[in-house]
Amino acid sequence: MVSEKKYYVGIDIGSTASKTVVLEESKVVDHFVLPTGWNGRETAQCIHQKLEEDGYAAAMCCVATGYGRVCVDYADKIITEITCHGKGGWALFEKDATIIDVGGQDTKIIKVAQGQVIDFLMNDKCAAGTGKFIEVMANRLGVSLEGLYQLAENGEPLSISAMCTVFAESEVISHIGMGERREDIAAGVVHSVASRVSSLASRFGISGELALTGGLCDSPYFIRVLSERLEQPVQTHPFARYAGALGAALAAEGRRT
Amino acid sequence: MELRKELPEIFEDFAEGRRNAFLNVKKIKDQDKPVIGIFCTYFPQELAVAMGAAVVSLCATSDETIPAAEADLPKNLCPLIKSSYGFGKTDKCPFFFFSDLVVGETTCDGKKKMYEYMADFKPVHIMELPNCPTEMGVEMYRKEIIRMKEKLEEVFGVTITEDDIRRGIQVKNAERAALKRLYSVMKADPAPITGTDLMNTLVATTFNFEREKIPAQMDALVEKIKKESKATEKRPRILITGCPMGGATMKVVEAVEENGAAVVAFENCSGAKSVEENVDESISDVYEALARKYINIGCSCMTPNDNRIKLLNSMIDEYNVDGVIDMELQACHTYAVEALRIKRFVNDEKKIPYMNLETDYSQSDVGQLKTRIAAFIEML
Repeated sequence: MVSEKKYYVGIDIGSTASKTVVLEESKVVDHFVLPTGWNGRETAQCIHQKLEEDGYAAAMCCVATGYGRVCVDYADKIITEITCHGKGGWALFEKDATIIDVGGQDTKIIKVAQGQVIDFLMNDKCAAGTGKFIEVMANRLGVSLEGLYQLAENGEPLSISAMCTVFAESEVISHIGMGERREDIAAGVVHSVASRVSSLASRFGISGELALTGGLCDSPYFIRVLSERLEQPVQTHPFARYAGALGAALAAEGRRT
Repeated sequence: MELRKELPEIFEDFAEGRRNAFLNVKKIKDQDKPVIGIFCTYFPQELAVAMGAAVVSLCATSDETIPAAEADLPKNLCPLIKSSYGFGKTDKCPFFFFSDLVVGETTCDGKKKMYEYMADFKPVHIMELPNCPTEMGVEMYRKEIIRMKEKLEEVFGVTITEDDIRRGIQVKNAERAALKRLYSVMKADPAPITGTDLMNTLVATTFNFEREKIPAQMDALVEKIKKESKATEKRPRILITGCPMGGATMKVVEAVEENGAAVVAFENCSGAKSVEENVDESISDVYEALARKYINIGCSCMTPNDNRIKLLNSMIDEYNVDGVIDMELQACHTYAVEALRIKRFVNDEKKIPYMNLETDYSQSDVGQLKTRIAAFIEML
């Protein structure tokens, strides 16, 4: 006897964080985030264990997405994070929009109409303008990501002009060497990412409203700076960090196998 | 001049496949047939056919010799130029090695400056290609074609008459028409073969030294495809445009086909770009007839490059294309700049999705390419 599937699970294995969303009758009944760590397969197994403990695994249809999507060997289907962020973003913001997803390893600009991705752009093999850049700089400043966002709120941005994360780190080190305030350096780091992301978005062309998904949604300061640069309000949503996993869960629900 | 017939010193170090390639070209040389190496499709191959010479394309498609090339050339240069130069310099390419004359057309800036260094180890003749496909351009290129013919006569001690060229035109027209019949099989929906097989066949044909036999071979192949093709499911239909395809960049075609779509058309110069239009046999001046055909090749080194738009326009309709992928090689400035015009045309006028991919000859971006291509196909 095949048990009826009532839980639709979306798993987004990002380069830094792995997000899981569980849907039941189109409502989010559970969600959690785990660090991806160095082994995507192990992370996928941890997620499965948790899904089992919470009683979802036996009756679930699961879609995996994100950079480690192939690690989820129990997934019913694999879909790219671009499509999932488009779907998830549309569900959260409920309108046609240009979605900016600043991830741990890349940045994506996705145009969505009627819940469908109509065009997208991904930055090239480079950490500038991604969450990785902020992570590296937070380490250098000896604070957590949240710590860096808080510092930045109270800083006057210093210029960080290097295009490359490795060189930008040297620039930050020389700011530290000059005895600059940590707050100002942190603000400079956030401004640098906002500037890369906004130039990527402007090059691509923005249509409709702007919405931010991904880990950087947790920084109101980043959202403010990005809005200023793009001269347009940038919306976000408390659940925006889970947009990719939500999109995957919605895709699983749409499948109803 | 003496034709080169001996094998290179490093021959014994090569793997079997490459040794065979060397021996195959050597066979041609042992029949006293001159070999002309070319880089771009602007060289009128009719001249070579007219004098009984073989033509080989020297545009290389592997990253094997890029480090050797970077000893002389800047790192931030297109991989095709670096790879081709590197193969020439290291004697690793049988076609370069056995070329008695290399013809370089002044297409992009990177290539035309690279030829200056290549001339240090190989006889190189430069054909000056006009920048604009205008009447003045035709007039200038006509003169360059005559200069090319005179160069061939001088180097190889032959006489090329206008009747010889007319015969060359007939041979090449028949060949192009046959190649077109082959790739036109992809108009069927679902496509009867994979884009990978089609491109590999088109590339292999450029190394077929018996050009007169190509039409019959292509027709036999088309028959075979029609007879043997099995009914497959319908898939989203992709057209690939941009820089030359083949070798390392086949990773793009493979990623498309692995992700459930079909590459049904190649607009690139290794595909339809140079094949679609024939030489007008009704023009009495053979040089003018050649100049008119070749100057119409829609490469991004031309400005304005309306011919690329024209060809894309008809191919998107004829092949019932669902999405266009524009493949650019890193540091290819003319194609990179032209990408915006192509995107606008494909999105706004043809109303279908467009994606631009920048890549090189390495395998380091395969993961990223797959994600982008998969997302593009999910979008269709």
